[in-house]
Amino acid sequence: MRDGETKRDIRDTDLDRPALEAALARIWNTPEGLWGALATVDHKIIGRRYVITAFVFLALGGVLAMLMRLQLAQPEARVLGPDRYNQIFTMHGSNMMFLFAVPVMEAVGVYLVPLMVGTRNIAFPRLNAFSYWIFLAGGALLWISFVLDMGPDVGWFAYVPLSGPQYGFGKRADIWAQMITFTELSALAVSVEIVVTILKQRAPGMSLDKIPLFVWSMLVTSFVVIMAMPAIMIASSTLILDRLVGTHLFNPAESGDVLLWQHLFWFFGHPEVYIIFLPAVGMVSTMTATFARRPVFGYLAMVMALIATGILAFGLWVHHMFVTGLPRLGESFFTASSMAIAIPAGVQIFCWLATLWDGKPIFKTPLLFVIGFIVTFVIGGLTGVMVASVPFDTQVHDTYFVVAHFHYVLIGGAVFPLLGAIYYWFPKITGRMMSESLGRWAFWLIFIGFNMTFFPMHLLGLQGMPRRIYTYQPDMPWHDLNLFVSVSSLILVAGFLLFFFDAIRSARRGLPAGDDPWDAPTLEWATSSPPPSFNFSYIPVVKAANPLWEQPDVLAVAGGLRINSRELIISTVASAEPEAREASPRNSIWPFVAALATTVMLISSIFTPWAVVWGSIPIVVALIGWFWPKGTPEDES
Amino acid sequence: MKLRATARLRALIPALALAGCTGWQSAIDVHGASAISLKHLIVMIVATCSVVWALVIATLIVALWRRREARESAIALDPRRQRRMTLAVGGAVAATVIVISAFTVSSFFTTRQLTAAGADNLTIKVRGLQWWWGVEYFGSKPELRFETANEIHIPVGRNVRVQLEGLDVIHSFWVPSLAGKQDLIPGRPNEITIRAERAGVYRGQCAEFCGLQHAHMAFFVVAEEQRAFEAWTALQRDNAVASSDEEVIAGQRVFLSRPCAACHAIRGTAANGKIGPDLTHVGGRKYIAAGLLETTRGSLAAWIADPQTLKPGNNMPMVPLAAEELRSVSAYLASLK
Repeated sequence: MRDGETKRDIRDTDLDRPALEAALARIWNTPEGLWGALATVDHKIIGRRYVITAFVFLALGGVLAMLMRLQLAQPEARVLGPDRYNQIFTMHGSNMMFLFAVPVMEAVGVYLVPLMVGTRNIAFPRLNAFSYWIFLAGGALLWISFVLDMGPDVGWFAYVPLSGPQYGFGKRADIWAQMITFTELSALAVSVEIVVTILKQRAPGMSLDKIPLFVWSMLVTSFVVIMAMPAIMIASSTLILDRLVGTHLFNPAESGDVLLWQHLFWFFGHPEVYIIFLPAVGMVSTMTATFARRPVFGYLAMVMALIATGILAFGLWVHHMFVTGLPRLGESFFTASSMAIAIPAGVQIFCWLATLWDGKPIFKTPLLFVIGFIVTFVIGGLTGVMVASVPFDTQVHDTYFVVAHFHYVLIGGAVFPLLGAIYYWFPKITGRMMSESLGRWAFWLIFIGFNMTFFPMHLLGLQGMPRRIYTYQPDMPWHDLNLFVSVSSLILVAGFLLFFFDAIRSARRGLPAGDDPWDAPTLEWATSSPPPSFNFSYIPVVKAANPLWEQPDVLAVAGGLRINSRELIISTVASAEPEAREASPRNSIWPFVAALATTVMLISSIFTPWAVVWGSIPIVVALIGWFWPKGTPEDES
Repeated sequence: MKLRATARLRALIPALALAGCTGWQSAIDVHGASAISLKHLIVMIVATCSVVWALVIATLIVALWRRREARESAIALDPRRQRRMTLAVGGAVAATVIVISAFTVSSFFTTRQLTAAGADNLTIKVRGLQWWWGVEYFGSKPELRFETANEIHIPVGRNVRVQLEGLDVIHSFWVPSLAGKQDLIPGRPNEITIRAERAGVYRGQCAEFCGLQHAHMAFFVVAEEQRAFEAWTALQRDNAVASSDEEVIAGQRVFLSRPCAACHAIRGTAANGKIGPDLTHVGGRKYIAAGLLETTRGSLAAWIADPQTLKPGNNMPMVPLAAEELRSVSAYLASLK
């Protein structure tokens, strides 16, 4: 077999284009049928699955939000009882953060990064397949337990002692903690893949100063994930230990510390915001360049701002704890560091404004979402500066002011760019355009509905309305604004429904897009829409930061890859000079089996610690299958 | 259009803030020393930020709709304009640094001003429990100590040090009209100083999610002149007064013979439970069940008859009582002024 392979060792330079594409398709295509679907390692298929699953969770989380607004529309309403309400707000937060926002951003990265850096598949593609199944299992665990009335009810932050063994009854908090394990596992896996893809698989010539800004943002995001997730991993594991085997790490009666939990949680929890936000700014930069018809102003400043944000993200966590009674001097330090994050944020806003100023804006739907992003995100950023001030925060902390603030940051700052990005990259992913007129309607409904829903919450907070209350008494002056908010949220929902309708309809009946409908500058538009399983017939050679604008007529290509087995180019970290041909793993069922075994082990461990022992045996078996030597020839330099 | 919508919302702020002035639990309608200086800081920062936002949006509008000359291609950039833009962006970043430095410094000084302890201190202790507040007053001598629940009286114009102790889960003590909030954390005693500048009743509410009835965990701070405050403390220190009214005596019998006394204390009787609020002067408090219902004979009866419907999940069980018993026990509790 091995001999035969070497004998038939064909290079991409040996064939003409149609023959080459046929050969590549033979070796890279995913077979039809269920087996093919479970075994695929194609980053585009997995990325698409990720995006769709995450949007399903977005819709489910939206339903929860509407239930809460129904309950809060009137004082002392009895639509939901306190127990259900607490489950719902916990589910809403956990679902939106762990099952929608983080995964959807990583999913877009999984789909786009290999295309934008000009390679044939993501690094560690089997790990990528594994990460999706684990993510799906974590989401299913959370939602099935919610349907069974066992959903977590301790908030998405699960503060001890409320989530501890003494006050958190049943298995609810365990389910929350184990759902965290699933999502952190999948997020860590994806981050490692993205870092390696970006650092080692860039097309020849794409030196660090030519990497698209979205790819930079995914690189920084992935490093932030790799550094932040271990904190929550320790937190959720120690919480399970406290609950399951009676360690007393968080029990003050046994010299444990309640605040330790908050430090661990927020050391992850604050960077989490930037894990969601940084990919979004990468999307904004990409769309701004395309629709302003010029490269983003201040490329170096933008990259530095991304890195600075990623680093500063780890120095702010205490601003979630300003009213826990920490020493005043320490709090002042965290005020300063929290304020300082406004500097890189400001740099980016000003650079986008400069880009639009100097460019020639074309008002397509993605640009509308970029404009909506700037308008709302600046409000969210400024209220962020407000809550960074310790004394200011003592009045608004844990009130609706904060609810308003972080929805401005997360919806205005991340979901608006994401929706724009869907309109922008939809043609690449499906080969079809979304509707421009429905897109405008969806934008205006979402933009107006969003502001009418969330702006009044600032005022409710200043009027003393705390968060996480399932009802309020009629003698409080919050009734009118709450009703207003609840009614306004219907506009927001209408916008999202229109968006979903447009996406589903366009996937089948949208106008054909062609390779590059927006005349965009980055590499993903150099291949067909949707891209073939091997991404590019020839690996492009990059000579400029905006290759399709600066080398418009003909893109130089690199040759010499084998086409009778999966191969891609490994290049140097800084200057992206090709150094080796590397085999890329083929489809395999083992990641799916490994994910299944891991799922069984993690879920059983909620009920008995012995599951960790017995459950690891099937995992080991699956991993042996996964890593069984395949006799692929050594990589060549 | 979208800009106008937002602008309209912004214009609503002062109007809605005025509407908020009727609130007795508001960070805008303030009557305490801390809350007043916090409001100054809030107004200063919000006003500055509004100007910043308006400037950004104005720039955005001009950037989008200004007239511009045709350019050859997307990458043909005018170096002179690039330099001007670099200057503009640099200037904007410098302005950002100045603004946030000013915010940081003023925050620091506000915090310092708030924590500067006054000499004229009265110290009380507040305990947070699921889902009510225990309050303890100390005197100069041990026998002057007394306990009450869900209602704090303070003298106007004096600093009151409130020691905060979390007993089960984390709660947060917050009377926005008087001061910012501070958490009550099991195993970590905290402290906050409040000071009312005007007599009045200020509502507070637990601000940290603490389980099922987090929404119904309110309390009241009654600020009154020194003389009234002293009269109130004198009354609170006393044991419950035995009444001669027949219904009240019957009610006391019901209270003592039923499970009520296992959880609640009424000083001067055999009831000395520590699990629920001290009821020695419950009839004199403005509200029962941590701000849930105004104290009347009727509301007491309703609460005792079915606490789980009024406040689902709270720790008070439904004690089956005959109609006659319910009537007399509520009369008894209402009489405990």
